[in-house]
Amino acid sequence: MNNTFYGTLIFELSKKGRKGYSLPANEFKQYSIPAEISRQSPTLLPEADEQTVVRHYTNMSNNNFGVDTGFYPLGSCTMKYNPKINEENASHPAFQGLHPLAPACAVQGALEVYYNTQKILSELGGMSEFTLNPFAGAHGELTGLMVIRNYHMKRGDLKRTKIIIPDSAHGTNPASAAVCGLEVVEVKSTADGTVDVEDLKPLLNDEVAGMMMTNPNTLGIFETKIPEIAKLVHDCGGLMYYDGANLNPLLGVCRPGDMGFDVMHINLHKTFSTPHGGGGPGAGPIGVRAGLEAYLPNPQVKKADDGTFYVHYDKDSLGSISGFFGNYAVVLRAYTFLLSAGKEQFAKMGSLAVLNANYIKESLKDCYELPIQGLCKHEFVFNGLIDKSQHVTTLDVAKRLLDYGFHAPTIYFPLLFHEALMIEPTETESKDTIDAFIEVMRKIAKEAAEDPEMVKSAPHCTPITRCDDVKAVKEPKLTYKAYL
Amino acid sequence: MAYKYFPQTEEDIQQMLKVAGVQTLADLYAEVPEELKLNRDYDIPSEMSEVEIRKHFQALGEKNRQLVCFAGGGVYDHYTPSVINYITQRSEFLTSYTPYQAEISQGTLQYIFEYQTLMADLTGMDISNASMYDGATATAEAMMMAVASAKKKNKVLVSAALNPAVIRVVETYAKYHGVDIQLIPTLNGATDKAALQAELQKGESAGVIIGQPNYYGIVEDLSGVADMCHEQKALLVINAPASTLAALKTPGEWGADIAVGDAQSLGLPLSFGGPYLGYFCAKEALIRKMPGRIVGGTTDHNGKRTFVLTMQAREQHIRRQKATSNICSNQGIMTLMVTIYMSLMGPQGLKEVNEQSYAGAHYLYDELLKTGKFTPAFEGQTFFNEFVVKTTLDVDKLQEKLLQNGILGGLKPEVMVNGQWSTANGQIMFAVTEQRSKAEIDKLVELIKEA
Repeated sequence: MNNTFYGTLIFELSKKGRKGYSLPANEFKQYSIPAEISRQSPTLLPEADEQTVVRHYTNMSNNNFGVDTGFYPLGSCTMKYNPKINEENASHPAFQGLHPLAPACAVQGALEVYYNTQKILSELGGMSEFTLNPFAGAHGELTGLMVIRNYHMKRGDLKRTKIIIPDSAHGTNPASAAVCGLEVVEVKSTADGTVDVEDLKPLLNDEVAGMMMTNPNTLGIFETKIPEIAKLVHDCGGLMYYDGANLNPLLGVCRPGDMGFDVMHINLHKTFSTPHGGGGPGAGPIGVRAGLEAYLPNPQVKKADDGTFYVHYDKDSLGSISGFFGNYAVVLRAYTFLLSAGKEQFAKMGSLAVLNANYIKESLKDCYELPIQGLCKHEFVFNGLIDKSQHVTTLDVAKRLLDYGFHAPTIYFPLLFHEALMIEPTETESKDTIDAFIEVMRKIAKEAAEDPEMVKSAPHCTPITRCDDVKAVKEPKLTYKAYL
Repeated sequence: MAYKYFPQTEEDIQQMLKVAGVQTLADLYAEVPEELKLNRDYDIPSEMSEVEIRKHFQALGEKNRQLVCFAGGGVYDHYTPSVINYITQRSEFLTSYTPYQAEISQGTLQYIFEYQTLMADLTGMDISNASMYDGATATAEAMMMAVASAKKKNKVLVSAALNPAVIRVVETYAKYHGVDIQLIPTLNGATDKAALQAELQKGESAGVIIGQPNYYGIVEDLSGVADMCHEQKALLVINAPASTLAALKTPGEWGADIAVGDAQSLGLPLSFGGPYLGYFCAKEALIRKMPGRIVGGTTDHNGKRTFVLTMQAREQHIRRQKATSNICSNQGIMTLMVTIYMSLMGPQGLKEVNEQSYAGAHYLYDELLKTGKFTPAFEGQTFFNEFVVKTTLDVDKLQEKLLQNGILGGLKPEVMVNGQWSTANGQIMFAVTEQRSKAEIDKLVELIKEA
């Protein structure tokens, strides 16, 4: 990353008559697009030569921070290292040119990757079957909730339209439920941040379709009462949905399927090392327990008795949630990672992530307020600085971290604490990196006491300083036309 | 044994365990009930070295056939400039998170802003979001947005000439979201405008979704459709393959309120169906109802022009169950690919791509008719780079023969018959892009003549 701001837009580099592509000559000049169907208005597309375009985007990239630049202690986002052989396989020439509507006999290798990935994820999740079609975690949630609704509808039980969600849940949970036509019923947390079983009991009735949970929860606390919770929900006829955003710490230790969950999603871009790409594409495969397999979205990939693979459309399926096979190149990356780690490394992965998190927590709890004591799993939450006398906020601490070459933690989430600062280191960070992070966090705490104004106006060393978010909303500039 | 993605040494682990206040790694799970623990190895393959992984992928790759592509169906084999993969592999872009920390994310925010500008411009609309999963889900989001924008209307009309893969996704979302979808029948391969008018006049519809060019490759005459919709306070949604927008009358010019579709055709590899990119553009008045991320321009404290994620009050992490959509990502790196593609191609490049695709398709069409084995499926309709013909040949056998000769021939188009999609209709659908040479087309035609 380069701290000199670039800031130019491609439109400002355009010069009439420049060209950045080469195409074969048109061999069919006798045909031309009729005027009556043609576009009337000119376009804003820039005219630029190849090197201008390459330098433009290279300079732009230098103002970006990524996992390859430095440490991302970003809670609930599992920003682990993105292996490079994953990338090699994602653009493998034997896979990149495959049309999704090609007959199965021409894409056996592609279908085999899909099938093998389903099988490995099923074993890791303790599920019976997976689909890799959902495009993202939130899309997986929506698809999983559709499975649950479909299950009730197929039984003719149409009144189950409520879904129970803890108040500490990821924001996507209630939003996905609403898109799926479900009414959200919130269950409270106890003082230690886990689901309040006594608050849950009166919410359970024959209108409940199911309950969404993540375990460990968003505070990084393992929900030890999960068997009891699952039994309560099952006894009232509902299904248990597992939000896989926090799956990483469980690897090698326990499985959502064994905890009583019926449907789950996995974020391949978190637990299975595929890059976040500045916002996407990710992938959100979902798994289901035995008995729910047919309800998974179409198309489904199956293996025939003769060992060949085929594409299946099931009449009991919830329907289609994607045009084809999801973000397939992301699956290629995750499959590569599954092969690389194998059973030997998955056995250790979760515990190393948990070790890193607990080490940070114990090393900083004398400077930052730790509202929930004891062992955490992959992540934990501080409620800002212990010393709040200088009014240095979590936002200020986060921004000051940028000056020291670290990404900010997740801030102001979960909503249970006003100054939430949520840290998740993952297993791929070394003790050296983590020690450097701890030192900087301690230094910031000291700066907050001694020179609070400096921390409040951070960052100072980044390509730009804090932006005016209010102005962005009040005077919207959403395309370059606003600057012309 | 050490593992290349785990940097902790045995010594590190012992020191860290001490700070964490436990003896062993297993002790970190002391609170987890014993009956929940796996206490066995996973039943999955053993770890593989890079050497073994490469061999494994090579073996898998050999089970795929590399074919000359005449298939479309919403996915087109266009040219991907070499610059695209080169730049998008830059890890400052690839390994970054969603750009919430604007101070260290101007790279991502800036290309999204360029993308929004280019996509709004291509569609002839005012605004664009930062992209969505794919064209089908973007269309489903438009369906939900139409219903959310209309008061007390819960029906959306969908042209049966829209790509059935898109219709299926829209129908799935509608079923669970509680929206009625009514298909408008086709007339000679295009949306039956009289049927659409009649349905609209019932005053029950919140929106209308039409494909342009439609699934059968036909460029529909949509004159009057926007007025028809607006008279009944319904939003017009046009779904168009993105590449064609540079050549054809735009959704904006047709009077659409929302333009959606797949931008795979803007330089994204086929990649067995994904990742692609769904674009979503709209008229400015609809900004507060628009799903997905949006980037906007502002200034930093020193007055520099900068970009930030904006209008987040609409989004799920703020509004939870009251959000306009559950989407909390965009297609990130695919957005960058599309932006670089448009920057390289410019107005002239996209014009050439469209002219060549159009011309190649019309050449193939004429050559096929000359064989005497094909007749037009939709007489008198104007098509773009994809078309349907009727044939006396056995379509399955023809496809098989082409496959044996290294060609992914036409697809069997799906047609709605008595409420069911069917492909058994003696029709075949071919698509041509600028990547198909005259020699390849002539070879296809020769093989068909022999069939």
